[in-house]
Amino acid sequence: MTATPAAQTSRTPGAAFILKKSLISALVALVLFSLMIGIRTEAGPDGQLTYWTRFGDLAVMVAAVFGGSILIELLRQWWGPVDAGKVMPAPVQNALSLAGRLLPPALLVFTFLVPVLFYDERYILDLAILVLTYVMLGWGLNVVVGLAGLLDLGYVAFYAVGAYSYALLATNFGLSFWICLPLAGILAAFWGVLLGFPVLRLRGDYLAIVTLAFGEIIRLVLINWQTLTGGPNGVTGIPRPTLFGIPLTPADDGLAALLGIEFSPTHRIVFLFYIILALALLTNWVTIRLRRLPIGRAWEALREDEVACRALGINTTTTKLTAFATGAMFGGLAGAFFATRQGFISPESFTFHESALVLAIVVLGGMGSQLGVALAALTMIGGFELFRGLDQYRMLVFGMAMVLLMIWRPRGLVGHRAPTVFLARKEAISSDLVKEGHG
Amino acid sequence: MDYFAQQLINGLVLGSIYGLIAIGYTMVYGIVGMINFAHGDIFMIGGFIALITFLILVSFGLTAIPLILLVVLLVSMAITALYGWTVERIAYRPLRHSFRLAPMLSAIGMSFVLTNYSQVAQGARVKPVPPIITGGYTLHEGAEGFIVQLSNIQIIVVVTTVVLLALFTWLVSSTRLGRDMRACEQDQTMAALLGVDVDRTISMTFVIGAALAAVAGMMYLLYYGLVDFFMGFVAGIKAFTAAVLGGIGSLPGAMLGGLLIGLIETLWSAYFSVEYKDVAAFSILIVVLIFLPTGLLGRPEVEKV
Repeated sequence: MTATPAAQTSRTPGAAFILKKSLISALVALVLFSLMIGIRTEAGPDGQLTYWTRFGDLAVMVAAVFGGSILIELLRQWWGPVDAGKVMPAPVQNALSLAGRLLPPALLVFTFLVPVLFYDERYILDLAILVLTYVMLGWGLNVVVGLAGLLDLGYVAFYAVGAYSYALLATNFGLSFWICLPLAGILAAFWGVLLGFPVLRLRGDYLAIVTLAFGEIIRLVLINWQTLTGGPNGVTGIPRPTLFGIPLTPADDGLAALLGIEFSPTHRIVFLFYIILALALLTNWVTIRLRRLPIGRAWEALREDEVACRALGINTTTTKLTAFATGAMFGGLAGAFFATRQGFISPESFTFHESALVLAIVVLGGMGSQLGVALAALTMIGGFELFRGLDQYRMLVFGMAMVLLMIWRPRGLVGHRAPTVFLARKEAISSDLVKEGHG
Repeated sequence: MDYFAQQLINGLVLGSIYGLIAIGYTMVYGIVGMINFAHGDIFMIGGFIALITFLILVSFGLTAIPLILLVVLLVSMAITALYGWTVERIAYRPLRHSFRLAPMLSAIGMSFVLTNYSQVAQGARVKPVPPIITGGYTLHEGAEGFIVQLSNIQIIVVVTTVVLLALFTWLVSSTRLGRDMRACEQDQTMAALLGVDVDRTISMTFVIGAALAAVAGMMYLLYYGLVDFFMGFVAGIKAFTAAVLGGIGSLPGAMLGGLLIGLIETLWSAYFSVEYKDVAAFSILIVVLIFLPTGLLGRPEVEKV
């Protein structure tokens, strides 16, 4: 223990060191921003490029980097090496675990009551529907990424397949939402298998890039196959869902007229809210149940180690395909809901950015933790809405948040990806048994 | 036949640009084992910096085109290389020993940051430049009046690529840095034990990759005469496809893959449909990974538990 103070003094650098480091950061920032921020280019009316200088902005940015790096260094000293595990006393840990157990039911009850509490606030209801859509997408992708460990960067493709399935079936054949919903799910699952087959042999980063390419292909086909999908203009006039065939309209056969109450457009919003809540809870329930079945166990085994998994006789082909199909099906259901809620869809809604957003939700949620994904969706979408006023800075902030959160908590904000079953007791194995050549 | 020859020339030029970007992907993947998602955006930043430098030089009254091009090339390589260094320092180095997905997501985040940073800093509109290098040679005049042309800019793109590639091959095979890079690629711990500064070597890999991407950005600007903040995404995926097609981790492979992707894309646009050219490129990526996971010149990876 005598060595600790000495080690600490050598670890806490003086003011000169901080100043030097910050000056270097500021210098780097000056070079980086010199042309990109110091000079602004714009195409004139006759196509001629002009430019003007913005040295004021440049100075502000460099000063901000200088101040920021001093602040970060000071914080780092003050904070010391981060190790939250050992500083938390037992009562606090107990209280936290109790809160952790009470949080899901409390959250569920609150979610059920949202339309009652915020009945008059259309904005909050819309936002809640949006958040729930992403919770559902997050839970769906969680099956693929969190449980089976297959990195999917093209999840939005299945969302798009679901949305376009419903939109095209409904506008061309007049099928109702409740018939199309399972159809959209099945079609998306079918596409999941279709994508799954070729990528069975791939893993890790290669899998990620192929799924990304697949997502882009679907989007490009949607844009260019104008006769079917309407191209960049999308599909309009997608019908709204009905309650057992009763439309929620102010017409005479509408729900409000049948019940004898005054019509209000909020009825439909509340109805949509409960549909997506039911769909999301269905996703959650199916996932939780599947985790207890052999297939769910196989997914987790696949995530932990594919080679070992195969050695144990698990069929990795069906395991991967079912994971893709299940995840894709939920994506498709969410897509069908998205189409009926918007009433209009276009390829613009299904860009790579959406995939990245859903993936960020899953990873920040802790990869495999259902509650974590829900909280991460709430944080991300809620945070995204906070920056709605700063339109063009929104994505910038989103990207920065993604980088910073990865550096700060690479394993996610809440929870971790503990396997469902594991040995309760650690078994020690003699080192002679695990040497190479002995197995 | 003439039409085909012309498309061949165009494809080779486009392929050179893809190849330059692909080298950055393949080097980083070889050493760190991650897909540097932000690399396409580094290419875009390189294009922007070249554009801005060019504007400033012209407004200062410089008229000697070769001098302008040289200065633009050096400035954009230097500043873009610093971007590459900063990205690695901020977003990847803290995550080097983290779990596999972390650097990948951090890279996606960084890609968003760079795209939107350029949009905020330089506006969303496409920036056109008037043709800087004009003229060319008529190689062959067909019977139906179709002319096969080789423009000066095409020559410059191909020559620059060849020179850089030669320089770069020399750097990797015969310098201290190149040896360090190859050592880190094989075994980082062992390299560190033998006195190689692994952090510095990885930083230099990013710096070189970014500098080559800056050259690609400048060539793109000269060849197509425009830059916009979103061009990094698609170009990045195609360059990555090129790296995979050639065999990831292999430098000649990246160049070969780049040329093939450029040719396929150009010929597809010429004979089938322009709308689906990106679909063709992405489909190739999928097909290659399925049937030829190690690429054309790559080494098979041994799998261990």
